[in-house]
Amino acid sequence: MATIRVSINRRTLIKSGFALAGSQVIGAPFIVKSLADEPIKIGMVNPLTGVLSALAQSEVDGARYAEAEINKKGGILGRQVQLLVEDSANDVGTGVQKTRKLIDRDNVAVILGDVNSGIAYAMSQVTNEKKIFHIVPGGHTDPITGTSCKWNVFRICNTTTMDANAVTPELVKKFGKKWFFITPDYAYGHTLQDAFIKALKKAGGTFEGDMLPINNTDFSATLIKAKAYKPNVLLNNMGGLTQINCMKQFTQFGMQKEMALGGALFELESVKGCPPDAQTGWWTMEWWWNQPKVPEVVKFVSDFRAATKKTPSARDWFGYVGMHTVRLAAEKAKSLEGPKMAKALEDLELPPDVALQPGKVRYRAGDHELMPNIFVGEVHPPKGEPDDLFAVSALVPGEEAAGSVADTGCKMVAPA
Amino acid sequence: MSAEIGTGATAGAIGTRRTPAVPKWVMLAVVWAILIAVPYWLPLLGGYTALAGRVLVFGLAAMGLNLLLGFTGVLSFGHAAYFGLGAYGAGLTLRYLAHSTPLAMLLGTLLGGLAGTLFGLLIVRRRGVYFAMCTIAFGQLWYYLAYSWNDFTGGFDGLRDFHREPIGFGPLTLDITDGGNKFYFFLLAVFALAVGLMGLLVRSPFGHTLRAIRENERRARFLAIPVERQIWLSFSISCFFTALAGTLYALLNNFADPLALHYSLSGYLVVMCVMGGMRTFWGPLVGAAVFVVLQDYISSMTVNWMSFVGAIFVIVVLFFPRGLLGMRRTRKSV
Amino acid sequence: MFQVILFNVTNGLIIGAFYVLMALGLSLILNLSNVINFAHGNFLALGGYLAFTLSPALGYWGALLVSPFITALIGLAVERLMIRRVYNRDPVYSLLLTFGFAFVMQDAARYIWGPNGLPLGLPEFLSQPISPTLFFITWYRVFMVGVVIVAVLGLFAFLRYTQVGIRIRAGTLDLETVASLGVNISLLRTFNFALGCLLAGLSGVLAAGQIGLNPNMGDDLLMPSFIAIIVGGVGSLIGTLFGGLLIGVAAALTTVFYPSASEAVIYAIMMIVLLVRPRGLMGEEGMMA
Repeated sequence: MATIRVSINRRTLIKSGFALAGSQVIGAPFIVKSLADEPIKIGMVNPLTGVLSALAQSEVDGARYAEAEINKKGGILGRQVQLLVEDSANDVGTGVQKTRKLIDRDNVAVILGDVNSGIAYAMSQVTNEKKIFHIVPGGHTDPITGTSCKWNVFRICNTTTMDANAVTPELVKKFGKKWFFITPDYAYGHTLQDAFIKALKKAGGTFEGDMLPINNTDFSATLIKAKAYKPNVLLNNMGGLTQINCMKQFTQFGMQKEMALGGALFELESVKGCPPDAQTGWWTMEWWWNQPKVPEVVKFVSDFRAATKKTPSARDWFGYVGMHTVRLAAEKAKSLEGPKMAKALEDLELPPDVALQPGKVRYRAGDHELMPNIFVGEVHPPKGEPDDLFAVSALVPGEEAAGSVADTGCKMVAPA
Repeated sequence: MSAEIGTGATAGAIGTRRTPAVPKWVMLAVVWAILIAVPYWLPLLGGYTALAGRVLVFGLAAMGLNLLLGFTGVLSFGHAAYFGLGAYGAGLTLRYLAHSTPLAMLLGTLLGGLAGTLFGLLIVRRRGVYFAMCTIAFGQLWYYLAYSWNDFTGGFDGLRDFHREPIGFGPLTLDITDGGNKFYFFLLAVFALAVGLMGLLVRSPFGHTLRAIRENERRARFLAIPVERQIWLSFSISCFFTALAGTLYALLNNFADPLALHYSLSGYLVVMCVMGGMRTFWGPLVGAAVFVVLQDYISSMTVNWMSFVGAIFVIVVLFFPRGLLGMRRTRKSV
Repeated sequence: MFQVILFNVTNGLIIGAFYVLMALGLSLILNLSNVINFAHGNFLALGGYLAFTLSPALGYWGALLVSPFITALIGLAVERLMIRRVYNRDPVYSLLLTFGFAFVMQDAARYIWGPNGLPLGLPEFLSQPISPTLFFITWYRVFMVGVVIVAVLGLFAFLRYTQVGIRIRAGTLDLETVASLGVNISLLRTFNFALGCLLAGLSGVLAAGQIGLNPNMGDDLLMPSFIAIIVGGVGSLIGTLFGGLLIGVAAALTTVFYPSASEAVIYAIMMIVLLVRPRGLMGEEGMMA
């Protein structure tokens, strides 16, 4: 019972929190059941508090939805599934501690997480040491499936390189190749900007840019510089709230008349937090709900809306795919052991009702990166319904954007 | 601002020669027996050994802080800085210098301790909230440094790609690389050494002058105690112990991240001291145990754990200002 | 280049003005009650969120006027119920109390208004730049500086010319004497705390228009206010004023040359001040000891 039922009922949990803590402590050792009755436990560590909480919450919602769906259809290997969610509080130390807790105390078979790539990487050190199957639904920096790839770690969201490669040709074609970057000064920002620069140089472009502190609030100084540089495109690589503030100030300063705006990710959760005049620019979505031509997606979106009262975002899809990936891997391997599941998942193709997009979507064996389509398009203020905020202009196959396995720098080492 | 909780007479501290109801050696034996047996009883209660490691690390950090806070009566709200510097010092050593756990601990402790020693010189003349305020701001300086200096410290994502190394004692090797019981006992051994040293310090004449300053600074001055120098020494020593705890934290996680330097951690350390009883020697350890375990359980229970943690602070301040061990002592002395 | 620097100095003054408003409230409480209000940033967020909730009913201007006062009332209740109890204790208790309460407030904001960022709608004309050359100065920023100037002048006039204000100033210098003259110290402190929260609430409404609302917003703004007080000199409101402006300009100028250090530079300034002039730029000797 020590799970976070965040989406269902927080208040009762607050009241019963201490009582539960007590019963957990005393009750745990005396419950002995046969293995087949025991649910399969899947642990998720995500920053439910802190600046990434909105994204983390969506991943949890998606995973919860999949949990219910899987259980209704008979579970995994004939056993029910139980998702245990822990808050990493956007802190590496806490994330590592919670991962250990899920593995050592709760005996989870699989770990999912974290939105923050730094935490995801630190968690992967623990899961690798313990030989536990680990899925990173939404931490983007390249090394997780690149130079630091591990046999037990699979990733659902794109690498920063994939997103940058997908959107760059579109931006160059539409607006030109003189760019100005506004980038957060940490690993995610650096790898993203490097990826863009590589793609831009290939197209023969020129650039300038500023690296800013992650939680920068005032962008005037940098925007003053950007305006003086007169670029064709301003690349806003900031994340979350800082990205929104940057866009707001950009539009307030009237700069949208002089240059285009774009970047890699502008997630649905963030777009919704913007005033209409900042809902603009050219971006990638890693999954998009409005795909009227794909019947599986139409059904999924209407079922998901009925169950959760919200429109699924890419993050919901990450969580959803994460849970189903566990099911697919376990059923193909007929086992819950990390090495066997990892082996089974290599080059496994997602069925259409999980992939939820046209084309073939598989986990590439060489680097354990999922190869979905990347949705490139323009963000606009709501048309018709409140979540219709993005017009897809191109579907870029992930394989094309990712480059070869050799490019990623991943050298997969099989488990000892 | 000398109106402190409890007057000198009732605030029973180590070194006052009253005979407690339980002989001291029994108390000590119980504490160590509980600590040594952790790997055997904790899993039975639904805990896990890594949690106990965390308790030891934060307990040591809080006890270090308490030398200053409880025994000298000077309030630092920035001790996370020295804790974090210890962690980064150890991590940086392992990553860039040498694969040696003892060297990492030594350099980490020196880094945190010396930073504290130098900063102490600047602020020993300040008192009360002003002292606290300077310590917070100074601590945040390191936080921003670690968080901005991407190439060296790993920035916001933290310092990684290092791990604890086996320790060689001549022909014998202690392999602490897996996170199991061996590593817990290693932590416990370091903890025991540090705490033993602290105990000696507290009973030494130096320790007595610190308490004299705490109880009445003016009188201490009249007794020709060099108040500023003693406070500076106490601040430095306390930073060294907290930095040592920080190096253990880096070894525990195989990781160092900027939040280990953040002032919210300083707040946690202070509340551990107060919750356990800052006028007692073992109080901070008890406080750390209660705080770490409560936080661990509550944060699994609800996303609103911040409210609970905040409420713990408020409840401790308003209703249990003497802390858990402090209550026991006062009841007895009445 | 010269133009870029000039632009950034102006911009720094605007941001600094904002720090000033927040730091003055913190400083008032610190001076009279000897309490560092860690929850000050959360009162700021509260002011902003209240404006968000009230503006559909009252409009932007109504919300701007009303929500700081509601923030002050809540501050008053908090002081009466909790903070008042720790005035005569070791300062560690007041710090822990406000520190813990800040957690509760932040979590409450997340619970009530959700973890996502929320925009506070502004009247249309405020979000336009004042001219094509000075494109980075929107009318909103001009308005913000205007509000800060009015609030600061108002505060100083209040402290100088009203009886309560004079008592607050006197209490800052020598609380015991003021008490022995028959002033109700307890009430004075409560009022002063509420006044500090009023300033925080006002800063919150202004900040919400500029950077939007989120439960953590107070955290990022609390530390610069601390530094403004230390740099300016504890005990001196004028010092706080200059401290705030100084760090605003310093941070903006650093962004021109080395943007990723723009946060670290204000801490460097604090260290230099502590080293060269420990009591702060305008602090009086003895106030900080």
